[in-house]
Order: sequence, then structure tokens, then C-alpha cells
Amino acid sequence: MTTILEAKNLKVIRGGSLLVDVLDMEIFEGETLSLIGPNGAGKTTLLQALSYLMKPSAGEILFRGQTVGAGQRVLEYRRKLAMVFQEPLLFDTTVIGNVMSGLKIRGVGASEARRIVEPQLERFGIAHLRDRSARTLSGGEAQRTSLARAFAISPEILFLDEPFAALDPPTRESIVSDLEKVLAETKTTTIMATHDRNEALRLSDRIAVMEGGRIAQIDRPAVVMNRPVDQFVASFVGTETILEGEVRDTNETALIVGVNGSEIEVVGKGRIGEKVVLCIRPENVTLAIPDGTVKTSARNAFRGRIGRIVPLGLFHKVEIACGFALVAYVTTHALEDLSLKEGDEIAASVKATAIHVIRKSGA
Amino acid sequence: MDIILEGILKAFILLVTFDPEVLGITWFSLKVSGTATFISLFFGMSVGTVVALTQFPGRKFVVSLINTGMALPPVVVGLFVTIFLWRNGPLGFLEILYTPAAMILAQAIIATPIVTGISLAAMQQLPRKMRLQILALGATRLQMVRILIREARLPLLAAVMAGFGGVISEVGASIMVGGNIKGYTRVLTTATVMETSRGNFDIAIALGIILLLFAYAINLVLTTVQQRERPR
Amino acid sequence: MKRFFASWFLSVLLASLVALPVTAAAQPAQKNVILATTTSTQDSGLLDVLIPMFEKKTGYFVKTIAVGSGQAMAMGAKGEADVLLVHSQAAEKKFMADGNGVERRIVMHNDFIIVGPPSDPARIKGTKKATDAFKKIAASGSIFMSRGDKSGTHVKEMDIWKAAGVKYEGEKWYQQTGLGMGQTLAVAAEKKTYTLADRGTYLALKKGLGLDILVEGDGILLNVYHVIEVNPKKWTKANFAGGKAFADFMVSKEAQAVIKTFGVEKFGSPLFFPDAGKKEEALGI
Repeated sequence: MTTILEAKNLKVIRGGSLLVDVLDMEIFEGETLSLIGPNGAGKTTLLQALSYLMKPSAGEILFRGQTVGAGQRVLEYRRKLAMVFQEPLLFDTTVIGNVMSGLKIRGVGASEARRIVEPQLERFGIAHLRDRSARTLSGGEAQRTSLARAFAISPEILFLDEPFAALDPPTRESIVSDLEKVLAETKTTTIMATHDRNEALRLSDRIAVMEGGRIAQIDRPAVVMNRPVDQFVASFVGTETILEGEVRDTNETALIVGVNGSEIEVVGKGRIGEKVVLCIRPENVTLAIPDGTVKTSARNAFRGRIGRIVPLGLFHKVEIACGFALVAYVTTHALEDLSLKEGDEIAASVKATAIHVIRKSGA
Repeated sequence: MDIILEGILKAFILLVTFDPEVLGITWFSLKVSGTATFISLFFGMSVGTVVALTQFPGRKFVVSLINTGMALPPVVVGLFVTIFLWRNGPLGFLEILYTPAAMILAQAIIATPIVTGISLAAMQQLPRKMRLQILALGATRLQMVRILIREARLPLLAAVMAGFGGVISEVGASIMVGGNIKGYTRVLTTATVMETSRGNFDIAIALGIILLLFAYAINLVLTTVQQRERPR
Repeated sequence: MKRFFASWFLSVLLASLVALPVTAAAQPAQKNVILATTTSTQDSGLLDVLIPMFEKKTGYFVKTIAVGSGQAMAMGAKGEADVLLVHSQAAEKKFMADGNGVERRIVMHNDFIIVGPPSDPARIKGTKKATDAFKKIAASGSIFMSRGDKSGTHVKEMDIWKAAGVKYEGEKWYQQTGLGMGQTLAVAAEKKTYTLADRGTYLALKKGLGLDILVEGDGILLNVYHVIEVNPKKWTKANFAGGKAFADFMVSKEAQAVIKTFGVEKFGSPLFFPDAGKKEEALGI
């Protein structure tokens, strides 16, 4: 894997507050990296600093091993990038005029530019809107135009700043799937800021979780989802159950962790007496009616009562009190099958391998 | 009532027969106010753009100064320009009092704050991220300013129109610094005042109708611009 | 549509840039003569005939600045004008006494008339003396519309009130427009009141006005015009030669002949009476 972009000791300070503080970050050629995190985590600022739209207060940015500096070098660097914002920010001209604008800025002649942008118009399904005024476009059409404009200059790195946040779900779905195809085809290095972890999971090779301007964790989606480095990342990536406990016993591969009087077996390493945090993703919790006839392979079987059932479309979120608070996702179908109601008694189980352990004292 | 009806009828005849005097005054008014607007455009757009796109200490004060200037009374401008241009005044050596140049100067002073204020508003009305988007497309600073001006072209046209509308309909400064000299510094407004006082209501009404037509054309453009939407 | 307006505007601007310098640079500075005169003089239209004649003959370019009588005098006193054509006796005499002018020559006269509604509520029609007519107006409480603008006409009117010994300031029947002669006549007609007017403006507007001449011919009603050349010793920047040339022209036979017939064609009677060379006493003032 070739490193295309690297940030070292990158700091952005504005109005006395530290907005971005990134020790070391590498972006590999051809990958799609998502920056996720809550509002104010510094995703947008980091994007702007990496693209040199905002001058970093300290640190270094290396593009293909070369430091991006002042003056002409910045312009040269910026001309290898493209950026798409949450708002389409189209110019007051035709669709094709917008898509050609990056080329025009680079001094490409009109007929040459037309030839270059044609495949982009096709790619994003806006060829039929070619001569329409940008003023008359719908939100989705406008964002497609904005994406085509970015791809028209064949950027070496594409920056996306919450590009789908303002779109309604069906439009969003269709644009995301188109972008997915285009990225697979062009292998354009992409850095995308988003607060939607599903979007990040779907499009990304790697995910960086940001908090307070720092990168808390940067890794493959599966790792970030299943093995978050800390409680913050765990809760942000959708781990509903986060339990604090103490290691009671250990063996070759497993730990017995005491949580609020219950014992939970998990796979991992640790010392007896060590404080740990257990992360359980809701989809890994299995529910059953506690009549003694149903057996599961799980060793961690807990009896409890259903506190609350919250519908989430295809799923229902079921909150269980079993000595500690456990959250499970159940398909609507299963919910009806088991005829679960709030206040029912229930048996919940989790495989030891599906529980992630975070050692509080650090590894 | 007779005077008015007769006046309108004669005015109509003067207009459709392209009366040389009425036409001459109209053409001269366009030249003076057009040139003044052009000059104010140069200063107003530059200052408006700079103030809109930069941050500096005292910026609020400058903006409030510009907004006050938009309501500068033409007679006050006329008075000060006259005093400065008197033979024995500080700029008397220019010897331009009672010339078209003096009228252009006064009208440019009146129009500049108007153009500046509206340019400022026009540039500020663009989405703030637009500047980042333009830079992200690889533009230099200069290219960015050019694209921003292009983006704000319709509101900027409104600035032109408002400035032009302000000076072509202005009478106080023109009569003071121009002197309403026949065939030399006589414009639509000063001629209207004089012809009314002479009792030549027909010519006065004809000139008034021309002024109204200008006002209508200017407002038509302004309304069109205001009701237009920006792209997303 | 937008393109049309944009291109229309651009072409106007370009045209003005091309055309303007030609107009502005047509006359060298020393050719310019600034004539300060009153609005009523300009409004009579007489100068529109005389000035082109003078310019053609001498090559000077006259800038006629028509302002109030007081301002015209002030311009002369400050050297901002080269020659004055004015008609306020007392102010002119003070102007000369202060050494602001070098020569003051009589050019012509016209006269003031007292006009009012045909119903004539104060019964002044046929009164010989203007002062008597003013007394009657005051006594009857009929409304008198004054210009109130310190113009020659207004000054004349105040002189008559003074001569008649009538207190008029602040009286209910005494109203001021602060406007020019034409507009004041229009207001007087609208409100059916008396006013003092110069004959020229009245004749020009007479039609459809509905105001009649009620008193005329009294010596005090005469309006005498003088040309005054400003003092070149006081103001070196003034175009003294040009001012003198214009003053000489105004009292020349040629100009006097024009004055004699001006207005006859349009109004049936002349607006001005040429007086060059006459003594003021001969006019009874």
C-alpha cells in the first residue's frame, strides 16, 4: 500500500481553541477513509486542513512524500484535489457549465472540457440535464452535479464533507449506490466526513473515529465496530451495552468478569482484579422464552425482564434488566414469533467471542 | 385640468416626433449619469468586494459608514462639491465648476456609496462556503474573486441600476454644480424644474415621462433580479 | 431579457465614455464667462435668444447661472461670477458701494403687476397706486400669496408693504410659497388669492390661469435690470474682459433691438422695454 497523504503533528487552533490535533495519520492510495464522530469533533476542520483550504496552525502535510508548503506549491497541491460539501454550492450557470468549471479554472479549452465531462455526466445520471440551469435542479440532481464536477478533474484525492446529509433517504440511497460504483471503478482515494456510521461502513476501507479534534481510533470497519479502543468509540460505533467490571478469574483464552453481581465469560486477556469494560453489540444478543426447553450454545445466559421495546423499522430494540442493562436487536418477525411484551420474563445470551474487552489500565 | 391634458398631449407629440431639444437633454443626461455610475462602479465594486471578503479591525464602522453614505442627500453633496470647486475654493484651479465634469464628479460621489453598499450585500449574500468550494476547485485568489463577481452578477447589476437610478433622478446637486446651462449642463431633472417654473408644462411633462420610463425600466430589472433564486 | 438589459447598459456607458470628453473639452477656460442672473430672468427665455447671438459674435461661452437675486449678488461679491444681470435696486446700490462691481449700466425694464381672482374680493381693480391696493387687501383680510424667497419680486413686494405702512408679517391673510414665480402664480390661481407678479411670467402663464391684472403702471412697480461687471482688482481669477464684453453687448443697439420685440410674437405684447443709456430718474423711480 502506497501512502498518498500523511499528516504529522497537525494542529488547527482558531480563536484560542484546539480544533484539530492529529499526531500521525496516513492515507493510502486508492482507499476510502471515513471520518466519523459527533458534531464538533473536528471532522470538517480536519478535511479543510488536509486539503489546505485552511492553513494548519502547526504540523506538516506530505503529499506523496513531499511537504505541502506555501504559495505556488499549495495551488499545485489543491489542483490535485476535489471537494464536495454538504451543500451542492453550484454556480449560477448550466449543469454542464458547473461540471466543466474545475477544468476551466485549470485553463482547459471549452471543447476539450466538454469532451472530458461527458462521461461524468453519464456516470452520475445527469446527462439529460446537461443544459438545464443549476437553479432549477432538485436537491439530489444538484448534489449529483456537484459530484460530477469533482470527478471531472480526475482528482488524486477526493474530499467529501457530509455530502449526503441534506438529502432525503431515497435520494440518498440512490446517490450513495452510484458513488459506490464510481469509487470502485475509478479507485479514487477518498476521505469522507460523515456522522452516519452506516454510510461509513458501507463505503469505507477504513474508518477514523474522531473526538475533540483527535483521532480516537483508525482501522478497518470490522475492527472499529467490534473492537473499539475505548468507551467513546464503542458508544459511537453503536455498541449499545457497555459494562464496567472486574476480572474474577482467568484461563488460557477466557476471562470471567464480574459485573454487578453477575458473571460474564469473555474471550481475551487480563489479570485477576483488573478493571475492564465489556462491549456487547445489540445484534449479538440472542433472546429466548425461558421455559427450560430451549437451549443455546451460549454459556452466558441471563434471566431478566423486558424493560422497554423501541421499534426501529426492520428491528426492535429490546432493553433487558438482568442484573445489568442489556440491549438486544430483534427482528420484527422474531418479536411477533416470540410474542414479546414489555414486562415479560426473558432469557438473553451472548457468545463469549462476541464480547469485546477494553482493559482500563491500557494494554 | 386643461393645462395637464394639453400638457400631456403636447408632451406625447414631442416624444413621438423626437423633438431635438428633448432628445438632446435625454441623451446628455444618460451620458452624465452613465459616466458617473461607471466611475462609482469602479470604486464601489472594489471597496464593496474587499469589505465583503476580508476581515479587519473597524470593519463594522466602515460598513455603517457605507450604509449612511447610501442615504447621502444630493443637495449636501452638491453644496460641498460647489464650495470645493469655486474659483477661490480648494479645487478651484481645476476650473470645472458649471461643467459636465463637475456634474459627473458630484453624481459619482452620490452613486458610489449606493453601489458600494449593494455590492457589499451582494457578495455577502453568496453562501460562505462558496469561497472554499471555488478554492477547492483549484482557483487562484484572483480567479476566486472573478468567479464570485460572476456569481453575484445579478445583484451587482442591481447595484448599477440603483446607482444609476439615484443619479439620473437627482436634481439638487446637478443644478448646483452644473448650473443648468442650456445645451451644456442641462439634464432631464434640471430642465424639468426650469420648464415648470417657466410654465412650459408640455416640455416639463415630456421630460417627466422620460424620467418615469427610466425609473420603470430600472425597477423592472431590480424586481427581476430580486425575485430570482440562487442555485442550491 | 437580462442579456438585453446588460448590453443596453454597457452600450450606454461606452457611448458616454467616447462622447463625453468631446463635450467637456470644447471650450478653453478663458473663453468661459459666468453670468449670474435670477431665475425669473432665465424663465423669461430672453437670454436663450441673446446669449447665442453674443457667443456667435465674440466667441465667448456664457455659463448662465440662474439663482435667487441674493445668491447672484453673493456670487459676484465672491468673484464666482464675472457679470451680473439683476433687478434689485437697493441690493445693487449696496453691491456697488461695497466696491464689488466696477460699472453698473441700465439695460431694460419690465414691470410688476398685482393679479388676483376676477371676483376681486378686496375691490382693488382700477386703483392707481400699488400702496393703496395693498392697504385694501390687508384691510379686507383677503389672502395674499407671497413668494417669500428673497427674490427680486419678493423684495419689491416687501418694499411696497413698507411704503404702504401695513404690518403683514405673521398675519393670517399673508401666506408664503417659498417657490418661483410660475409656481406661486399657480398656487395663487388654485387658492384664488392675490399676488405680485412680473408681467413676463404672468403673460407666459396667463392662459388657463384664471387670474386677472388688477393694478399696473405705478412707478413703484417698475422692475429695472442692470448689468454689473465685477471688480477685477478684488478677484484676479474673474474673467473681467469677458464680463465687460457681455455687459457692452447687452446695452448695444443690436441687443436692445431684440429686447424691444421679444415676446410680441408669442404674447402679443413685449415682455421688456429697452432702456440702455437712459437715466433712472427718467423712469420715475
